[in-house]
Amino acid sequence: MGAVVALSNLLDARQVWRGHAAPLADGEQPTGCAALDAALPTRGWPNAALTEILLPADGVGELRLLLPTLARLTKGHRPVVLIAPPYAPCAMGWRQRGVDLQQLEIVDTEEKHVLWAAEQCLRSGSCAAVLTWPQQADDRSLRRLQVAADTGRALAFVIRDRKHLTNASPASLRLELDGAPNTLIRVRKCRGGNPPTQAIPLGHVQRFSGEGRQMAAAMHAVHQRVHGAADAGPRGNYLQRHWVDSKQSEA
Amino acid sequence: MLWACLLLPQLALDGVLRRRADDSPLVLVDGAANARSIVAANASARDAGLYIGQRLTAAQALLAQFEAIPYDPSSVARWQQFLAGVAYRYSSQVALLPHAIVLEVSKSRSLFGAWAEMERYLRHDFTALGFRHHVAAAPTPHGAYVLAGIGEGLAVFTQEALQRALDDVPLSRSRLPASAVDALPRMGVRRLGQLLRMPRDGLQRRFGAELLQAMDRLSGERPAGLDLYLPPDAVDWRFELSHEVENVAALMFPLKRMTTDLAAYLSGRDGGVQRFVLRLEHRDAEATDVPVGMLSPERSADVLFDAARGRLERVQLSSPVLALRLIADDLPGFVPAGRDLFDERPANALSFEQLRERLRARLGDRAVYRLGTTIDPRPEHSQRLDTHSQDFVEPRARPTWLLKRPIPWRGPMQILAGPERMETGWWDSDPMRRDYYVVETAQGQRAWVFCAAGEQGGWMLQGWFA
Repeated sequence: MGAVVALSNLLDARQVWRGHAAPLADGEQPTGCAALDAALPTRGWPNAALTEILLPADGVGELRLLLPTLARLTKGHRPVVLIAPPYAPCAMGWRQRGVDLQQLEIVDTEEKHVLWAAEQCLRSGSCAAVLTWPQQADDRSLRRLQVAADTGRALAFVIRDRKHLTNASPASLRLELDGAPNTLIRVRKCRGGNPPTQAIPLGHVQRFSGEGRQMAAAMHAVHQRVHGAADAGPRGNYLQRHWVDSKQSEA
Repeated sequence: MLWACLLLPQLALDGVLRRRADDSPLVLVDGAANARSIVAANASARDAGLYIGQRLTAAQALLAQFEAIPYDPSSVARWQQFLAGVAYRYSSQVALLPHAIVLEVSKSRSLFGAWAEMERYLRHDFTALGFRHHVAAAPTPHGAYVLAGIGEGLAVFTQEALQRALDDVPLSRSRLPASAVDALPRMGVRRLGQLLRMPRDGLQRRFGAELLQAMDRLSGERPAGLDLYLPPDAVDWRFELSHEVENVAALMFPLKRMTTDLAAYLSGRDGGVQRFVLRLEHRDAEATDVPVGMLSPERSADVLFDAARGRLERVQLSSPVLALRLIADDLPGFVPAGRDLFDERPANALSFEQLRERLRARLGDRAVYRLGTTIDPRPEHSQRLDTHSQDFVEPRARPTWLLKRPIPWRGPMQILAGPERMETGWWDSDPMRRDYYVVETAQGQRAWVFCAAGEQGGWMLQGWFA
């Protein structure tokens, strides 16, 4: 003992060899955020795998991160499923961001069925992506989702509170969002490579028209569109249609 | 016209054999209790030297271990009905003759191809169900029936060819009235050809009109006069088990057979089944009913078996089962799911409709929905369940999350954009006069809040720009 053996000699003698991770399919599921794509070893979402997104609070940019992907996926044949979202998706807001609502299925359920429903959707192979907001999900149940996503070749997204960061997770990719409104993405774990140390800015913060200006002049702007629409068609029909609409939505 | 005939020489025996997994010696016996004789024997029993017509006592002396099952004449009719249902898949004109099924196949040619093709399908189906059969085809049903009795796979397509084929048939195989078949050979008439050329008036005087009618039906000069088979609208099958079964696992083999039969019957009828009942009959106790319900009509043998097995496995048997009964009253139409030619989904994928049914079954009928936009600007009315979205896309920024109902908001905030005055809805019970603002909270979230028109206070949170 004590003799120093150069590693290169051992490698040349084929006594020691290096393991190689299975090559990852590159760029099949771009995230829509170029900086994030570049930082991830898969050059996009890990395909047919579980991605965990950890938030300090609701509404800090999780949908800004996901909606470009959902807009792309809803153009395809397989629907995207939301399971027990914490709020109602604003249909018009999602459409403005390019999501085809005909391919967006929402499942309302109690907490105890959330993981079951997510697993069924993932395993079925008929969904492009499944987004879920479980309150209680342990390592075991997340592993089931990971396996189901692989079986059904679907993207699985679990969106949870940041406090779960300390717990181990079987997810292929763990992202933490931080510091709204100029949200930063911190990659906490990514299969197939070391997580980048730098936080990645989540681009394109929405600019609102006239942001930062005083709006006094606009204060009395009446809702133009209603008047425009009323002028465009026979007034009676228009009113009747609205009345029927509101009755139905009440029912 | 082209009629196919499937002659089923041992219906009763096949009906018993197909329900067992092994092929130990087995015979069917019939006759008075003190003079029972064998009416049918399976291959291994015949190998052991048992033969049809043998006395049961003689057979018992020859072979120590074999099973003797009483012959049930009603089972023959039952199986024949079942097989007619299977054959109904190939033709709308199916009729029953003693120990045989005849079906008109010339009109099905465009669907199933020439006779050789069709014969292959028929043989495949009947072999898969476990029934021995002889097949023949001829322009008349009775002609095909006779040909099936004299050879395997005979097929004649024209009247002349049928005439030639019938010429050599011995009278004993001609299936003509028994009185004539007994008497004619003694008069030197041994072949069917000879009989067909004899003077008709003499035959009529001697044997009556019955023989001539049978001869005319054979050659097609008289309509066959068959009662066509109509598939029943309900299924009620009973499978008697060979011994008392105390374990549900032992019911799986007969269940598999039953669901396979049901699938064969349903595809013959071009229908499906959504609900059926498995009734387990006991000796003394009340029968146990196991209802099986599916979300949409199905007819695949695997799906039916899985659905039935799942339910049956949960049953606790209180007493041994003697017989299994399958009852399906309602047989709705079946529409097979369409699949894309270039389907990109995994091979074993469930269709989304099936998935939705599964979710709804467990989570409730209203658990799965889509959202559609309306042209109403009020957030409470701007979207509705399961509607097609209007073409209109709002030019002003809208959030991505909406609260189910607005809540008061008191935290510190900074106004980013607004106001957007919404003064509308005066025509219905929910008029609105609000100023909407986009604000940033202390935590950096972007929120969509509103207050009464013209004020900047009393904020209500409506949604998030997440």
